[in-house]
Amino acid sequence: MLKLEQLSFQVPADGTNLEIIDSVDLEIPTGSFTVITGPNGGGKSTLARLIMGIEKPTGGRILFKGEDITALSIPERAKRGIGYAFQQPPRFKGLTVRRLLSLAAGESLSKDACSAYLTAVGLDPDEYLNREMDASLSGGEAKRVEIATLMARRAELVIFDEPEAGIDLWSFSMLVESFRTLVGEDRRSVIVISHQERIMQLADTMVIIAGGKVCQSGTRDEILPKLLGEVDGRKEA
Amino acid sequence: MDRIDTQLLETIADLHEIPAGAYNIRKNGAGLSRRSTANIEIVPKTDKPGIDIIVAPGTKNESVHIPVILTETGLNDLVYNDFYIGEDADVLIVAGCGIHNAGDSDSQHDGIHTFHIGKNAHIRYIEKHYGEGDGKGGRILNPVTVVEQAEGAVCEMEMVQVRGVDSTVRTTTAELAADAKLIVTERLMTHGTQEARSDIEVRLNGNGASSQIVSRSVARDSSKQIFHPNAVGNAECRAHVQCDSIIMDDATVSSIPAITANCADAQIIHEAAIGRINNDQLIKLMTFGMTEEEAENVIIEGFLK
Ligand SMILES: Nc1ncnc2c1ncn2[C@@H]1O[C@H](COP(=O)(O)OP(=O)(O)OP(=O)(O)O)[C@@H](O)[C@H]1O
Ligand SMILES: [Mg+2]
Repeated sequence: MLKLEQLSFQVPADGTNLEIIDSVDLEIPTGSFTVITGPNGGGKSTLARLIMGIEKPTGGRILFKGEDITALSIPERAKRGIGYAFQQPPRFKGLTVRRLLSLAAGESLSKDACSAYLTAVGLDPDEYLNREMDASLSGGEAKRVEIATLMARRAELVIFDEPEAGIDLWSFSMLVESFRTLVGEDRRSVIVISHQERIMQLADTMVIIAGGKVCQSGTRDEILPKLLGEVDGRKEA
Repeated sequence: MDRIDTQLLETIADLHEIPAGAYNIRKNGAGLSRRSTANIEIVPKTDKPGIDIIVAPGTKNESVHIPVILTETGLNDLVYNDFYIGEDADVLIVAGCGIHNAGDSDSQHDGIHTFHIGKNAHIRYIEKHYGEGDGKGGRILNPVTVVEQAEGAVCEMEMVQVRGVDSTVRTTTAELAADAKLIVTERLMTHGTQEARSDIEVRLNGNGASSQIVSRSVARDSSKQIFHPNAVGNAECRAHVQCDSIIMDDATVSSIPAITANCADAQIIHEAAIGRINNDQLIKLMTFGMTEEEAENVIIEGFLK
């Protein structure tokens, strides 16, 4: 589905070049559930932004379904089937949640369809459908609307950037269920950037990014016990 | 009425046919058709151009449409419309002016609207301004709005300049008695080399009076906008003034909100912001498959809604 080859992203800083993403090779198979994790500032969001086309790589290639999309714009990648839910969703004055869902879907969605997307992220449609996606929404509310819009996009490859951030326990359980459905029934390829063990439990593949490099990757069973061991200071099983 | 007339009426007053209720349609400086109802009387003035609109006390859920259209080039149409809203009435007033100028001389409409709103009456006033036509002549609108609200009167005004008005100077003043409430929502878009200026002065004279003035605008190309709202608190009152502008291309926007308190119990706040379209908003919409231009239009349309 997605292949990154020697992908690099440098920014100029104090006369030298700062390596934000450093020669990353990564393959995301069709229908897989990949969790990317790693320390703050490691480069996870930058990697997602490179895949979506928001940042332009300074080296390497991005292949999507066999096509080299490295030079394609954001909307061109969107049309080919890539979607990205931001870590920090922007607010829009005057755009209702319902309108935003329709814009994401690329067609005018019925009230029932919108309601289903909202329910999946734990938002009561009666309360939120006609609310504006403006600064009056709380952080967790805006975050859940953002996730719902990506569900409405029905893209083949969906990337969620820390979907758990700011989300309460009840909504979080619904979210986990929704992710299961995305890969299970809907057969999407899903990448979730996350620090949450419960989301990692859903993964087939895990990737740890630190200092702009892939420092570990493998199946969940290979990576997760080691990771938890390191974090807890427990002895590896 | 021809096709240009009906299209203008549709744009400025959402009129597809003769409206229900009272109405007065003015075209090229003269009354085209008019209807009064049992509770709303429309009387042409005898001393100067214009009409008196008299709404009987207690009138509920009725509407008045008073659109103006100009389709001849070189017209300078000045009109005085006086509204007398009886106590406890609750009505919708739809005004608006559409100019189609296909000639090379300026077409101008200056509407002087005065509202006398009785005790505890409620009006909702909607005014849309729009210009079109490919002549070199300017399309000019200089509306003057004067509002007097008696105790407990509520006035909601939505003033929208849709497109195509080359020059506009809007002057709005309001006097509020005790417990009166005024909500002004202004929406403006300028493009090309258009210029727009809006001066609003609200004087809150009675205890419990309140007002909210929200101005949202988009300035494109090399257009110029100036906003100057002023809320004056002369009693125990509350007022909130907010100006929010999106600036694009080579436009100029100047926001000068002012607040004045002549009473220690007046609570008045102003906020003003001018900025480009937020880049994250554009990128978000582009990830839905929109081009940058499509995304811009969606953002502007929502902002001015
Ligand atoms: N355009 C840029 N210019 C300069 N520095 C940048 C740029 N983009 C990212 N960075 C830096 O690169 C590093 C990686 O940022 P990134 O947002 O990708 O981290 P992250 O792994 O998503 O972190 P978190 O877990 O906190 O979300 C950070 O130190 C960030 O400041
Ligand atoms: Mg991040």
